[in-house]
Amino acid sequence: MSTTAAPTRTERLAAGTADYLDQRTGLGAAVKTFARKIFPDHWSFLLGEIALYSFITLIISGIFLTMFFVPSMTETVYHGPWASLNGVQMSEAFSSTLRLSFEVRGGLLMRQIHHWAALIFMASIVTHMFRIFFTGAFRKPRELNWLVGFTLLILGLLAGFSGYSLPDDVLSGNGLRIADGVALAVPIIGTYASYLLFGGQFPGQDLIPRLFTVHILVVPGLILALIGLHLFFVVLHKHTQYPGSGRSNKNVVGYPLFPIYVAKAGGYFFLVFGVIALMGATMSINPVWSYGPFDPSPVSAGAQPDWYMLFLEGALRLMPGQAEIVIGGFTLSLNIIVPAMIVPGVLFTALAIYPFLEAWVTGDKREHHLLDRPRNRPFRTGFGVSLLVAFLILVLAGSNDLIATHFHLSINDITWAFRVLIFVGPWFAFWVTKRICLGLQRKDRELVLHGHETGRIVRFASGEYIEVHKPLDAHERWIRVQHDAIRPLEIEPAEDSRGVRRKGYRIDRMRQRISTVFYEDRVEPVTPAELAAAHSHGEHDSLAAADAHAEVTAGVGAGVVSDGRDHLSADARDH
Amino acid sequence: MKALAARRHDRRAPIVLLLLALLLTGGLYAAFAPSASAAAPTSASADDIAKGKQLFQANCSTCHGPSAAGTASGPSLIGVGAAAVDFQVGTGRMPAVMDGPQVEAKPVQFSQEQINQLAAYVASLGPGPAIPTAEEVDPAKGDPATGMALFRTNCAMCHNAVGAGGALSRGKFAPNLWETSPTHLFEAMLTGPQSMPVFNNANLTPDEKRDIIAFINEQGGAAPGGLDLGAIGPVSEGLWAWVVGLGLLIGAAVWIGAKSS
Ligand code: HEC
Ligand code: HEC
Ligand code: HEM
Repeated sequence: MSTTAAPTRTERLAAGTADYLDQRTGLGAAVKTFARKIFPDHWSFLLGEIALYSFITLIISGIFLTMFFVPSMTETVYHGPWASLNGVQMSEAFSSTLRLSFEVRGGLLMRQIHHWAALIFMASIVTHMFRIFFTGAFRKPRELNWLVGFTLLILGLLAGFSGYSLPDDVLSGNGLRIADGVALAVPIIGTYASYLLFGGQFPGQDLIPRLFTVHILVVPGLILALIGLHLFFVVLHKHTQYPGSGRSNKNVVGYPLFPIYVAKAGGYFFLVFGVIALMGATMSINPVWSYGPFDPSPVSAGAQPDWYMLFLEGALRLMPGQAEIVIGGFTLSLNIIVPAMIVPGVLFTALAIYPFLEAWVTGDKREHHLLDRPRNRPFRTGFGVSLLVAFLILVLAGSNDLIATHFHLSINDITWAFRVLIFVGPWFAFWVTKRICLGLQRKDRELVLHGHETGRIVRFASGEYIEVHKPLDAHERWIRVQHDAIRPLEIEPAEDSRGVRRKGYRIDRMRQRISTVFYEDRVEPVTPAELAAAHSHGEHDSLAAADAHAEVTAGVGAGVVSDGRDHLSADARDH
Repeated sequence: MKALAARRHDRRAPIVLLLLALLLTGGLYAAFAPSASAAAPTSASADDIAKGKQLFQANCSTCHGPSAAGTASGPSLIGVGAAAVDFQVGTGRMPAVMDGPQVEAKPVQFSQEQINQLAAYVASLGPGPAIPTAEEVDPAKGDPATGMALFRTNCAMCHNAVGAGGALSRGKFAPNLWETSPTHLFEAMLTGPQSMPVFNNANLTPDEKRDIIAFINEQGGAAPGGLDLGAIGPVSEGLWAWVVGLGLLIGAAVWIGAKSS
């Protein structure tokens, strides 16, 4: 009926505008293809969206904060409602933060929303990243997008650290002092680097204005641009999907972007914003008035950075202080270089290059749009878990004083325990995870070949007991057999047929060795032949069971041991 | 006479006079100032001391010795003063139970009257810091801003920025100060229990101690920003961000994901 009715004024106006835009920009075609883009659906694909939406929340609340924050280290005297700081000398940055918290209407709420959003932003980035990692979504063609994402992670850390330091309070000042110490520890250029960063001797007069520029212009600008690139890549490559019947490397099964996905994603934005706003409204975060204005001398108990920096604090706390050595008048502060540069360097490099390492080791050059089930890649899954465990141990080590007070333990013992664990824990986690993955794969094989246990045990007339198994349906089976077998790389021999040494053989040998480490322990997926063999056997099993049961009930009246349910149907293939 | 006259011209005379004047004003002040508090045993009677001695011998002598001169399992209490006893017994630390790295506060075992008697007895053994008057510890008379600055430089490294407590080496710890009474706060500073340093009146004047008390008195209440999450800083904030924030959001994601199939 709407087709026959004359368009209303608004409709005509809308159509007119759309037409105007389309004729000048050709937007129509783009919108059309974009709206029809198919997106697969899974909760873990929303993790990236949490990052996106908390970033948007950060921008909105951050803009509000810039309206009142004064990025200056000029000294002033605070007079305001917060009694314990009344009449105290402090920087403009700190006093404007107090004003924001206690005098600007909604200011404290905005500050807290901004800070909670930052913590959740980083948490969601890490979770998102490990979703990508464990499912192998970084494989060709998405390696570049992995690097874009990795850069976003680093930028996120930078954004967090620079923002955290802006209020010029004692706690964040302690963090800056550590940063200064790290800069100073860089061999040869350290002192210059520190002078350059702080515009002279720490803390100087330039730092807060500089951090402000970094925090509100440089880093968010870069993040915004890179998120654009990141999402462009997601659309370009199409989203990956989990394996399942009807899904392949050549199709995408899901819903069109418009309206379903847009509605879902749009709704999810409000959820993310809502949760963050709720936290901002009810949970205190970074109460700078408790720490007081920056002064280089005091450090309070329980001085820690935000969680995403805590692993560095942990590394510093674990490192024995005696490692500082003096060579020919030059001090080499290994006690800082190791925990503050080498540890994060190793952790982050491992993350950044892993996709390339794996591609090289497998020699796999195919495109992958189907995700891996983590159990089918025991090495990768184990490696990811061991990285996480290393990170977790460092985070806990960074909280050693709180662990000591809360669990009534000795901080010295805790520190020693973590010093051992940081070497043993990741290996152990790797080994356990790999075992679990292999076990799950064996379980899958078992299921595919023999079906589900039904818990029904049947006794034959002959006195033999068997358990009735229910075969998997096609969908269940497909998930468990679709993946490729992974085997260590095979390489060409060292010499060709004429006995000439082959170039590149050594590198190939190394590659093969690494590949063996990756894939030596494995469980082969069920082949169609195996399945067919098992199937006929299984069919026989269940049919025989059914027959036998019929026989038994009809005949001798032998007992049926059931799982407690009172119906005694022995049809092994029901439902 | 001559001697007296000579002494009148002594160069030290003005100082003696000044001291006398000070004593006089002090005495007048003491006479006319509102009587401080009933709890403060400024004038311990011989009876109190005797009762205190009995209590001491029944409860404390096993460790501190029959005449409080100390044994292998407890230090000498001669000269620790009434303040130390009031703090140690009034926070339940004494009589001590040694089953950890440090003697901890427990439910108090004596009435305030008995504590005063014990304090009177110990004070009678040798001069030491007295129990402060109610006025000396009145938070309303202190300046919390000065208190905060002093707390930051003298106490926060052990007790955390707002007095929420912190770890020391080998299982020792500096406790949370929010429930501590102003008198005990003052006495702790004055006597420096166990690993805590002594802040005598030259280190931190009584006024400064009162400023610190005023600052601590404002902590531990309702935080301006909502739940204070233990007031132990970014670690608990991070924990809550993961548990509440990411927990809720992933829960919502799973729910949305489940809606499709
Ligand atoms: C189980 C042994 C034990 C008992 C019983 C005991 N104490 Fe103690 N006391 C100690 C030890 C050990 C210390 C030193 C550690 C400390 O300061 O807490 C101490 C310290 C003290 C101090 C602080 C001394 C100083 O230098 O400041 C006072 C005051 C004190 N005790 C009073 C008492 C009183 C009063 C009683 C009886 C109600 C008592 N104690 C019972 C073991 C004991
Ligand atoms: C070197 C670390 C350290 C410093 C500095 C320190 N304290 Fe303590 N404080 C402690 C320890 C340890 C205890 C526990 C002693 C005990 O249980 O006998 C303690 C106990 C206390 C108590 C008793 C709390 C209770 O209710 O049981 C108070 C009050 C106190 N401190 C106040 C202060 C104040 C005020 C300052 C600053 C002027 C300060 N402390 C400085 C380590 C410290
Ligand atoms: C600012 C931080 C980030 C934002 C806002 C963000 C956002 C997103 C979004 C919305 C998606 C699509 C939905 C999804 O799969 O979750 C996505 C996909 C992806 N992200 Fe991120 N991301 C960020 C950081 C990272 C990081 C740190 C990495 C890894 C180092 C990464 C790697 C990827 C990859 C490889 C894809 C494609 C996934 C696929 O197709 O399955 N991203 N990102």
